[in-house]
Parts: sequence; structure tokens; C-alpha cells
Amino acid sequence: MKLIFEKSVPGRHSSLLPACDVPAFELPETRQEPLELPELCENDVSRHYTQLCQRVHGVNCGFYPLGSCTMKYNPRIDEEAAALPGFTNIHPLAPADAVKGCREVYELAAKYLCEISGMDGMTFQPAAGAHGEFTGVLLIKQYHDARGDKARTKIIVPDSAHGTNPATAAMCGFDVVNVASAPDGCVDLEALKAALGPDTAGLMLTNPNTVGIFDKNILEITRLVHEAGGLCYYDGANLNAVMGHVRPGDMGFDCIHMNLHKTFATPHGGGGPGAGAVGCKDFLKEFLPKSALMEGEGHIQVRGFAGNFLVVVRALAYLLTLGREGVPEASTNAVLNANYLMEKIKGTFTPAFDRVCMHEFVLDLSEFKKETGVSALDVAKSLIDNGMHPPTMYFPLIVHEALMLEPTETESRETLDEAAEVFRKLYELAHTDPEYMHAAPHHAQIGRPDEVAAARNPIVRWVKA
Amino acid sequence: MTINPDMKYTKSHEWVKEEDGTAVVGITDFAQDALGDVVFINLPEAGDEVVAGESFGDVESVKAVSDLVSPVSGIVQAVNEELIDAPEMLNSDPYGAWIIKVEQVNDREELMDADDYEAFCAEEG
Repeated sequence: MKLIFEKSVPGRHSSLLPACDVPAFELPETRQEPLELPELCENDVSRHYTQLCQRVHGVNCGFYPLGSCTMKYNPRIDEEAAALPGFTNIHPLAPADAVKGCREVYELAAKYLCEISGMDGMTFQPAAGAHGEFTGVLLIKQYHDARGDKARTKIIVPDSAHGTNPATAAMCGFDVVNVASAPDGCVDLEALKAALGPDTAGLMLTNPNTVGIFDKNILEITRLVHEAGGLCYYDGANLNAVMGHVRPGDMGFDCIHMNLHKTFATPHGGGGPGAGAVGCKDFLKEFLPKSALMEGEGHIQVRGFAGNFLVVVRALAYLLTLGREGVPEASTNAVLNANYLMEKIKGTFTPAFDRVCMHEFVLDLSEFKKETGVSALDVAKSLIDNGMHPPTMYFPLIVHEALMLEPTETESRETLDEAAEVFRKLYELAHTDPEYMHAAPHHAQIGRPDEVAAARNPIVRWVKA
Repeated sequence: MTINPDMKYTKSHEWVKEEDGTAVVGITDFAQDALGDVVFINLPEAGDEVVAGESFGDVESVKAVSDLVSPVSGIVQAVNEELIDAPEMLNSDPYGAWIIKVEQVNDREELMDADDYEAFCAEEG
């Protein structure tokens, strides 16, 4: 498929403008270089993006159990709210009293999200989860710095953590200390105790953790970190499992980021705008970024202006639609769906941890691969032929040949039954015709792109020939 | 999977070969097979200190980024710069593609010989 730049024809355009009826005005300075924007008529543009659409699998195309990503269906009403002209026809430099409605969106969203997370203050500047982590860990750094406590150079991260956690800690200038997981996938308390000390700045943790298990020792874990003088950071990646049921603030966490684009149902997955709202307890509020829009004087920015505003509008619309009863019910159903699907798949593929899970579960295909030669990658690719988006593969790293499924609450029992049936069929196929699965997918527009070449020699920029 | 009888091994799948007071370190065939195609490597610099059991760099494959754990403590004498442009050598020739050479070795991880390592890998699957 051609890039839109390659479809460009000089002079072609989509706008039909009437003749100019005002005097022409020469700009004092003009750009010397050509802009090189693509020139196309409207139907070419429309067809180009429709074609792109047809080459991918979105949450509107079918089941999308991409573990850890919470690919729930995004309700249309959220889009309607975000398209209201009062929210779209604003300027980032508009005076505060001209955008009162937008401020109210932030205030209301902050109020609800503080209630859900058990925090006291919130910023919406960070553009996504990892950016939120970065902001949250900077709060921890600033806290220690403000106290003159310069010896705290280490952030503790469990080995099951998302890769962004150690990356965030390193970006903030901390040394990363990995602690091993216990056999049940939870934090090993003895390993944690051994890692804690006067150099501990904090701990980053997801709960429920990456294997979909709620760490039963969470109060003990946060107590130990606090006793050592560190702070506790909650990675909200898995908040969809517990929202409205248990609050990170009550588990002992001091700050948190929430992926609004995951848990609160705004579109994501294509690199589009997200929002990594960061919340904190009272004693950290003074270090929060403050946007010019929200606070006037003395703003500190981690991103231009006020963050990805329309994502917050969507999240607020979602919260208002679900309400106080609906938010915990969504989590309940997310957990129910994950357990239902896990039970249905059991008997063919093997869960890595055979116990009640939270909102997601991990299959361990290492024995299956030994038996059949068919890898987790082959199974993932075969699922594409069956109209399903593959689960997350080879993550978490503590499980070999991992497939990680998160069905989310927005899938019906019928969808889950169908998915389980597809897994059962593929399990059988692997024993009868593994070669077919090695070559899968057979019916997709894009089969097995050369990931190695893409990683070694990425071409991320179009250059005019 | 191949195991080189002349080398010692760590539980994190690095090999080490000590000759004339210098320890040569790389990753095993088992490691490269589990990682898949390696696309990047982060290396220390000559003169850096490495500590047994601690990370001295990392390798990134299309699956994941993994720490390289040093089997010995000492000072980096040389790094294999060729790997920066051709990390795929770790896949094609894991026992030939050394990563670092360490001098002034003063401590070692618990190391396995080839037979023990073979049994260890069989267990890990």
C-alpha cells in the first residue's frame, strides 16, 4: 500500500473556495522551503484511511483480549461528548474565565478519580501511562530532595513489572533494584526486606500484578517500604480489576497514575492521544505539575498546556454514564469474564497460575511447545485467522511462552464461548498440523512482518525521492 | 542446543572462559534461542567495573529486553564493539561472539561446568 505522500499529485486539492473578495495581503516573511504536504482530493484521502482501517483489527472489528492493555469497547456517547463544540473550539491560550466548562471537566474528573484511587490531588498533564509514571516518580524524587534526603538513590521494582517501570526509574535518575517474585507471582517479602534500606527512594508496583493476581500482602509491602523511609508508587495499569472495590490510597500507596485510555474507556492502541492522570496524597500535592489553565500563577509543566483534554472529557463521560454503581460493576464483570474464559480454556492450554484470577490471566505454553513445536507466537498468529486479536505475547517475562489474556467487561458470554472454542480448535490443530500453524496467518492482509528488520533498520520518516 | 565444554556457566545463561587472568563473557546458545533475534545491545565501556551477579548491560530482542549479568567481578578490559552494528552475531555464533573481557577478576558467581549446565537447561526447558 502506498503512503499518502506517494499518492500526492501536485495541484490536487479538496477545497472549493469562492473567489477572493478582499485585498490580498503579503506576509512579511515567507517560508523558503516547500512544505511537502500531500496534495489529494477528498475521496482519495477518505479511501486511503479506510484502506488503512481495513488492514488492522480494532476493538470495533472483534474480540481484542490484549492482556494488560484493557481493550474495552469505547462507548459512542463518550465520543459525542468529546465532539461538543464547546470542548473542541477552544484555544490553549484562552483566558481561564473563557473556558470555565473545560475547567469544570478537569475538576469533576479529578474529584471522581481521587475518590476511585483514594488520592487527594490530581494532574491531567501526562499524555500516557509511561509519562504518568515519569511524573509520579518525579514527585517521589522531589519529596526526598525537598527534605534534603539525598541518600535515596534506589527504586525497587518487582521482576514481574511492566518494562516501563524500571525504565521510568532510570529516566528519573534512580538505580533500579529488581526483586524476585514468589512462586505464586506475588512479591517475595523476604526479597523485598533484603532490598530495603536507607537508600530506598520508593517502590513501584502494580496490584493486581502482571499475572493477574491481587497481592495479598499489599498492606505489609507498603508498610515495609514506608518504614524504610521510601514512598510507594501505584502503577494503575491494572486498575480495571479493582476500581470501585479497593483503593490504591487505602492499600498504602502515596501516588499513582491511571491510564484513562485503558480503564476509563477512551480509544487507544494506535499511538493516538492517551492520558496518564497522576494522583497523589496530600503531602505530595505541592510537587504536582500545575497547568496555566488550572492554577494561573507558578505553573510547572510536564507537558504543554493542560494535557490531552478531550481524552479527559471522554473519561468523564464514561464515569458519569456508569455512575457510582456502574464503576465497581464494570470491574466485577471484567474479573468474571477473565475467570470464565480461563476456566473454559483450561483442559487445553494451561494457565501459568492455577487459581482465581483478577481481570486477566496468563497461559504458559512451554509444555505445549515441547509437545508440538508450536510456539506462543504461532498460536497468536493463528488467532488472527479466526477473527481475534492475539493476546499479549511473551510477557510477563517470568512466564516462558506466555500468552496473556484480558477479555474486559465489555465482551458477552457468546464472544467468550467462541474464543474458547477457537483456542480448543487451535490446540487440536497444533497436534495434527503444526506446519500449518507455523505459517499462520493464512488469511490476513499482513502475515508475519519482518520484526527483526523493523527493529534493526526502522524507517520512521518519509523522505521525498 | 549446543554447550561448549571449555566454558563455565551461570544460571542466567552467560558463559565465561578464563584464560591468563582474563575472563571472557558471552551468552549461551540456550539464551540466544530463548531471546529470539537480538536487535540491540547495550555495552559497558573499557575501564568500567563489573560486579558478579549484577547487570553490566542488556540485550534487546523482538520479544524483550534482558539484562546481561556478569559472572565475575573485575574491570572491563575490552568490549566487543562489533556487536553494536551486528548484534545478530549473538544468535549465529553465541560462543564465538564474546561480549566483554574482564581483568583483575576478584570474585565469581557460582558457576556450573558444561555437564551441570546441560542438566540445568533441561530442567528449565
